[in-house]
This record gives sequence, C-alpha cells and structure tokens, in this order.
Amino acid sequence: MDKKRIWEGLRPYVLIAPAMAGIMLFVMYPVGYLIYLSLFKYNLMNKDKSKFVGWDNFTQILGRGDFYRALWNTTIYTAGVVVLTMLLSLLIAVWLNKKSRFNSVVQAGIFTPHVVSIVSISLVWLWLMEPNQGLLNYVFKLVGLPSSAWLQSSKTALISIIIVSVWQAIGYYTLIIVAALQSISPSIYEAAALDNASKFKVFYKITLPMISPQLFFILIIMTIGSFKVFDTVQVMTGGGPNNATTTLVYYIYGFRTTNIGYSAATGVVLMAIIGLLTFIYFRLLSKKVHYQ
Amino acid sequence: MASIEFVKVSKWFDRQPVIQNLDLTIEDGKFTVLVGPSGCGKTTLLRMIAGIDPQTSGSVLINGQDVTRIAPGKRGVAMVFQNYAIYPTMSVRENIEFGLVNNKVPKAERTRLVETIGETVGLNDYLDRRPSTLSGGQRQRVALARAMVKNPLVFLMDEPLSNLDAKLRVQMRIELIELHKKLGTTFVYVTHDQVEAMSMADTIVLMNQGVIQQEAPPEVVYRKPSNRFAAQFIGVPPMNIAPLGNDNTTFGFRPESVVVGTEPGSFHYTAKGEIITREMLGAETIYQVKTTEGQAFMVKCLEDEFHVDQEVYLGVPADKLFFFGADEKRVEEQDARYREFMERLRGLAHG
Ligand SMILES: Nc1ncnc2c1ncn2[C@@H]1O[C@H](COP(=O)(O)OP(=O)(O)OP(=O)(O)O)[C@@H](O)[C@H]1O
Ligand SMILES: [Mg+2]
Repeated sequence: MDKKRIWEGLRPYVLIAPAMAGIMLFVMYPVGYLIYLSLFKYNLMNKDKSKFVGWDNFTQILGRGDFYRALWNTTIYTAGVVVLTMLLSLLIAVWLNKKSRFNSVVQAGIFTPHVVSIVSISLVWLWLMEPNQGLLNYVFKLVGLPSSAWLQSSKTALISIIIVSVWQAIGYYTLIIVAALQSISPSIYEAAALDNASKFKVFYKITLPMISPQLFFILIIMTIGSFKVFDTVQVMTGGGPNNATTTLVYYIYGFRTTNIGYSAATGVVLMAIIGLLTFIYFRLLSKKVHYQ
Repeated sequence: MASIEFVKVSKWFDRQPVIQNLDLTIEDGKFTVLVGPSGCGKTTLLRMIAGIDPQTSGSVLINGQDVTRIAPGKRGVAMVFQNYAIYPTMSVRENIEFGLVNNKVPKAERTRLVETIGETVGLNDYLDRRPSTLSGGQRQRVALARAMVKNPLVFLMDEPLSNLDAKLRVQMRIELIELHKKLGTTFVYVTHDQVEAMSMADTIVLMNQGVIQQEAPPEVVYRKPSNRFAAQFIGVPPMNIAPLGNDNTTFGFRPESVVVGTEPGSFHYTAKGEIITREMLGAETIYQVKTTEGQAFMVKCLEDEFHVDQEVYLGVPADKLFFFGADEKRVEEQDARYREFMERLRGLAHG
C-alpha cells in the first residue's frame, strides 16, 4: 500500500526524467560550461595551464573597440532585418490574403527560399552581387542606375547582407502572417463595413490588433535570430571588408583557437544582451498585444 | 425609417442559384420576420439589404432609392450578426462607438449616446470591459447596442437569439418587441424558429429554397396558409396532412382542432384509431393516433384523459379543415373545388 503511494508521488518525475536529462545535458550544461570558461584564460593545448582570471575577460571585452564595432554592426543588422522583414512580409501577406490560385502559387514560391540552405543562398547572392560580372549591377546599368560595389565596399557590405537575410526570411514570416490573417472571422470585417470604417481604420484598429500576437512572436524570434547571425557573414564576407560586417557571433568565432575564454565571455555578453532585449520587449509591448 | 424593396433579385454562389427573380416589399416601420428552414436563403437576403454580399442581378431599393452602388456603411442600416461579430480587440465602449467615430460624431455627443444606449440595454457597468470577459447574453446586448446607437433607418437581425438559453431568449424577445415599439424603425428579423416568428412579427415572410411561400401577418399564416409547406411549417406539432385521393390532392387539420372521444361524434371528418404515443407537456398533452386506414395523426388535447393503446374516435369540424390541390396550393372556400373536396372527404371518412 505504502509502496504504491511512493510510486504515485514519484511517477511525474520519472515521466519527465528523460526530457529533463536531455535539457540538462544539451542546454544547462553547455550554458554552465560557457560561463565557467568565460572566467578562465584557457589553454587549449594544455588544460592544466589554464588560469582562473575572474572578470578579466569581461573587463577586456568592455574596453576593446573591436567588440563595440561588432556590437554596432549586429545592432544595425538586426534592426535592418527585423524592420524590413516585418514590413515586407506584412505587406505581402495582406496582398496574398485574398484566396486565389495565383496567390497560392506566389505563396509557395515565396516560401521556397526557406527550404534552401542559407549557405547556397549566400553563394548565389555572392555571385549576383559581384560588382563586375554580377547580375545586379548588370540590371542596374540597364535601367540607368549607378552600379554598386555591394559586398566589396565597407559602406555597402552590411546592407548587402541584410538584403540577403531579408530575402531568405520573408517567405516564412509571410506564411505565418497569412495564417494569422485568415484566422480573423470575416464577419468582423463585415461589421466594420457596416460601421462605415475606412480601409486604413480597419487595418490599424482591427487587423493589426488581431494579428499582434503573431507579430510580437515574429519580432522576438527574429531579434534573437538576427543577433546570432553567422553563416551569411561567414560565406559572403568573412567579416570584411575592414570589419564592416563582423557581427558578434562572427567575432566570437574569430577567437575560437586563440583565446577561448575571451570567446566564451563574449558569448555570455551576447546571451545577456538578448535576454535584456527580450525582457524590454515584453515590458513595453506585451500590454499592446491582444490575446484572445 | 425606410421601406425596403427587392426587384427581380437573383443571387448565385459559384454558379449555383440560391435566389431567383425574387420580388418582395418590406413595409416601413414594420417588424418583418424572415422565416424558413435552414439554407433557404434568409441570411443571403439580409446580407443583400446590408450590401455586404450584393445581389448578382436585380436591384434592392431602400426608401425607393436603388442602393446597389451604395457602400454598406452609407445605407443607413445596422445589423446584428448571428455570431455577434463583436470586435474582440476593443472594449465594450469602443465597440459601441466605433460606428459613431467613423461617422465623425463629436466626442461629447458620442459619450452621451453610448451612455444612454448602455442604460437601455443594461450594459453601463460593463463599458470598459473586454468582450471576452462577457457572458453570451451580455455580448448579444453589445451587438444590439452597437446597432442601436447608430440610429439606423433599418435594423437587420440574423437569428440574434439563437445562442441564448430558453429563459433569456423569451426575455430578449419581449425586449426586442418593446424596442421596436419605442423606436418605430423598420426591423427585419431572421429566424428559423417559428415560435419566434409568430410571437414577434407584424408580417411573416415565409421562405423555402429561395422562394417566398407566403407573406402575411402571423394569424393569417396560421389560419390561411397559402400552401402545404406553409401549413406544415407553422404550428407545433405541424398540421396533419393526408391524401384525399390518388391525384396528389390532400386535406389537413391542425392537431389542436381535433376533438377526441371514446364514442364517434357528429363531425364532418371522423376517424377511428388507436393511440400510439402520449407526450404529457404539462398544460397540454400530445397524442399520436394511428387510424384504421393506417394514417398517423398528431392530436393536441388540453385534458390528459387517454392512455396508450386506447381506441379513440377523432373528429374535425368542417370549418377546421384545409384542402390542398394537386399543385399543393390551398383551395379557398370560394373555390369551386372546395365543395367537391368536402364531399370526397365525407366519402373517405365513411367508406
Ligand atoms: N458564401 C457562400 N458560398 C456558397 N454558397 C453559399 C454561401 N453562402 C450561402 N450559400 C448557400 O446559399 C444557401 C442559402 O444560405 P443562407 O445562409 O442564406 O441560408 P439561411 O436561410 O440563412 O440558413 P440558416 O437558417 O441555416 O442560417 C445555402 O444553400 C448555402 O449553402
Ligand atoms: Mg442564416
């Protein structure tokens, strides 16, 4: 009888144990280890020569210009990608919301970049953006626009990477917004029509609030994702020219062999920044988000 | 106030005609109830008046003016939707005043109107709540208030009471009748509930499969149904109908017109039968009686005197009998065939 009671009490823990073990092993442990590493001057060749340095790595980070450069690049990149992607996918989604054959074809087409590897996409765009032989400059010349150096100038490299990321992300987020739009009951729009509401009014008084949970979700997911951008930079510019596209993760990657303790500390800083941003978002916006 | 007129109106959905060449006039200031079985086109008709799903051909006139090209918001109509269609992102107050804001009514006037209407429908304590925190009946009031506050020429209501419980439904029914008396505007009310139609309407418009079957005050629809469909749609239980011959002609009588006894009486139509079922409803009892000819008739009695399996005699007086021709239309008393049908029925009863 008693045995049964103990089992009753234990059962929930036993049932979640496998999942918890996974989380411990693959989430908690790496994060803990990252923080642990960030407090050391770590020697990869000889573990015993690693030295505990306390906050040294962090003070070093905050005193170095190249970190701020990377942080600035990442912020610009994130702002650009988030704002452009959200605006464009909202626009396209509103346009695609009317059900028709043509629209479903467009929807499928616009989603395709999402299933292609970002590395392949980066390589294709690398070629498109080639200043002398690339298609983009060729088209620019045809329509009489001045050609651009794209990835090869420190002025335009970051914006070029933003364009590629936006192009890749748009389809996926458009799809999410279209789904959100289609879940709005048409009778609400009919009621608004009877209430003599203008198109613009309907959009910002009804449509936007109705899809605000999805927009909020996209905002957070994209901010986090963009802060961690790496592959596009790695393939297209390698952080150049002149560090114009060095983002935080790429910066971290740069120290992977020379100073892993410093890398880890930057990783911790990145984690803190993302956490802080998410917190601010929730504080500022969660009241404006309408949940059913 | 306004009258509404349909002129040769047709409506097609995906190459399927739902309504064809319909003509209908809804009188100014009247409480008109559109009633009919599910899918007969009541909502479609209402939406054409509102302009949110315009007709395929023909024209809809409000106050004699063709409104085909007028936007829904400018037709002077307000609609209470079947599912209420309340804006979930706005508070009750914002819901009610949304139409006023769009019509550029000044703020002070708006507040006054919202509060007056809130008083009328009993929502003043809830004005700053979100719709999701309201009960079904309260939401329905919001929908009603939103329509009332615009002071429309025409009130359109699509089964507004169908989601309420029986008690609240009866209460709201009375409130709506009073509201109509107070406002004096044109009400067009859709329902598939014939009790609602009978109790609320000045005029009933009875529809079936997109065709108007009868357009008359409730008592006329009850006493002089224009055809078999109308006879069987109005009344609970529906009118008993039985064949009068082999030529698709029929006769009928209402369950409440039957006199039941253990001895045969002297009525124009009499039949001997056996009680199959008995439903005791409190004030009245409903029996199902199977006659010796094999017809099953519903009978409604005020007294609960009989039991199942008992042998009884049914009697119907001559003035309570209805006859329907081969085309299912009712044969009027003035009609030449009426006497012939009466004779035929007498023969049927005795032989
Ligand atoms: N958007 C639509 N597309 C295709 N067919 C439709 C559409 N709306 C209505 N119909 C069809 O038109 C007919 C009439 O529909 P309507 O909604 O007017 O019925 P109703 O009388 O209001 O029925 P209920 O009492 O069930 O609400 C139905 O057969 C329905 O299938
Ligand atoms: Mg309907």
